[in-house]
Amino acid sequence: MTGMSISELEEMARKCRIEICKMTHRAQAGHPGGSLSEIDILCALYGHRLRARSDDPDWDDRDRFILSKGHASPGMYAVLAEMGFISHTDLESYRVKGGVCQGHVDMKWCPGVDFSAGSLGMGLSYGMGCSIAANIDGSKRNAYVMVGDGEIQEGSIWEAAMAAAHHELGNLKLFIDCNGIQNDDFCEAQMRMFDIPAKWNAFGWAVKVIDGHNMSEIVSAIDWMDTVTDKPAVVIGMTVKGKGVSFMENNPAFHGAAPSDEQLAIALSELGVNA
Amino acid sequence: MTRMAATRDGYGEALLALADNPKVVVLEADLGKSTKSLHFRKAHPERTVSCGIGEQNMLLVGAGLASSGYIPFASTFAIFTERAFEQMRNGIARPNLPVHLCGSHGGTHTGTDGSSAQSIEDLAIYRTLPNVVVMHPCDDVSTKELTMQLPGLGKPSYMRTARNKTPVLYEGKESQIKIGKGITLIEGNDVAIIACGVLVHEAMEAAKALQSEGISATVVDMHTIKPLDTELLDSLSLKCGAIVTAEDHSIIGGLGGAVAEHIVTKHPVPMEKIGVHDRFGESAGSEEMLEMMGLKSHHISDAAKKVIARKA
Repeated sequence: MTGMSISELEEMARKCRIEICKMTHRAQAGHPGGSLSEIDILCALYGHRLRARSDDPDWDDRDRFILSKGHASPGMYAVLAEMGFISHTDLESYRVKGGVCQGHVDMKWCPGVDFSAGSLGMGLSYGMGCSIAANIDGSKRNAYVMVGDGEIQEGSIWEAAMAAAHHELGNLKLFIDCNGIQNDDFCEAQMRMFDIPAKWNAFGWAVKVIDGHNMSEIVSAIDWMDTVTDKPAVVIGMTVKGKGVSFMENNPAFHGAAPSDEQLAIALSELGVNA
Repeated sequence: MTRMAATRDGYGEALLALADNPKVVVLEADLGKSTKSLHFRKAHPERTVSCGIGEQNMLLVGAGLASSGYIPFASTFAIFTERAFEQMRNGIARPNLPVHLCGSHGGTHTGTDGSSAQSIEDLAIYRTLPNVVVMHPCDDVSTKELTMQLPGLGKPSYMRTARNKTPVLYEGKESQIKIGKGITLIEGNDVAIIACGVLVHEAMEAAKALQSEGISATVVDMHTIKPLDTELLDSLSLKCGAIVTAEDHSIIGGLGGAVAEHIVTKHPVPMEKIGVHDRFGESAGSEEMLEMMGLKSHHISDAAKKVIARKA
């Protein structure tokens, strides 16, 4: 728990957005849209709450963070660099042979990564295993998981949702990055999910819906999660895909496309980088 | 009279015996009564996780536990493990997390439940995964012994057990049983019969029948399909000059596939494969299934004669 202020967290998120644009531009590949939508929540979690040690990333009793939407790895790498788990130079290894920043976050490659992602629908079950392990250990540590809204179309998410409630896992905390866009198109076109909060509520979870870009709301929601101890809790963050870069915002084309040289210049300018 | 027992009972006994290790946890998907993890559940409910009828979730709960220092044993029917193949691949094998998956009721020998329950491809698919050890023991003693060795493995595994009883071979011979080491049950020079699981017993019957015809066969229990005991295979290729593999599994990709892949690269010899010939099963008794699928001892001895005739 580093206890950063709201303004410090907002500044951290701005820096991370710059790195997300640079990383995907450098690699000419990757997933900027979902990285930009998740980043405020990630910064708040790491900067405000997560019990982890950058100088001892394998500390047994750390909280776990599982980025299940593992394609949004640039966002996580940027946060890990800000928090000192990896260096800013490491960010240049994104998608590069031998680099710690593999295309999808991978626990075997990158310090501070607790889960090898890349296949949607897996992280919540894995987080459940981490929660049960903490309970058997008698530890107070939490397992935090982030999934995308498109990701909850995977059936295995609902196996985990049901099982986590059955086992009353009060130390399992889920964020849903509801940016409304998936690979091919808007979620509304691909697979309507109707009332997402009602679904989680019906599965026995404690549910809170927030503006996933309002840092104060996010921090409050993370604090609220701590108060839920008898069942799993989910914070549904309403977000904008590509948030912070005008031409990426709410644009399905930037789910999995890198900015060009010209687009990077515009993006950096919008993010307050002086030319 | 030979004692008869089901390999799944050996698995259940091993879990209970492993409970002294506080890191051992058991995961179930509503089939603990069948796979025999129920004994552990009764004794240690605090270390048993019910995952309901949800195999995909179960395997990844196991991965999360393994990443936190636990040694999870998850079981369901062999056929239903396949539903979670990608979880095994991406969530367990890729990060090399020591989750131990047991698929019971494997093969056509499982019988009257019919083709939907008769996994004939499990050994093949798990064998393709890096880091994963694949086993199919033939009796309850070896199943128990191999399971007892798993906490020391440090990597994931898949073990197929069988529903129905088979003769017990290794009573008092536990020290012979090591993961990755084939066991020579009968020594002979004319042909090597390499078998796993329920067909080990058929292979031994075949060797006895061949003996009466003046043919001396080696019989090997290759309980570990991966890593394959290639040292033993090489010596058998040189000594016998002909190989028959026998498994209650598709002839595509299982023990026969693994043996063939190896021997063509080292000491190629004529080979015949006893297994299920690219078809599905149906409802019938265990013995009836083995007969229908061409897996009985007389099929094996016929294959032995055929492969001997092909020797140069």
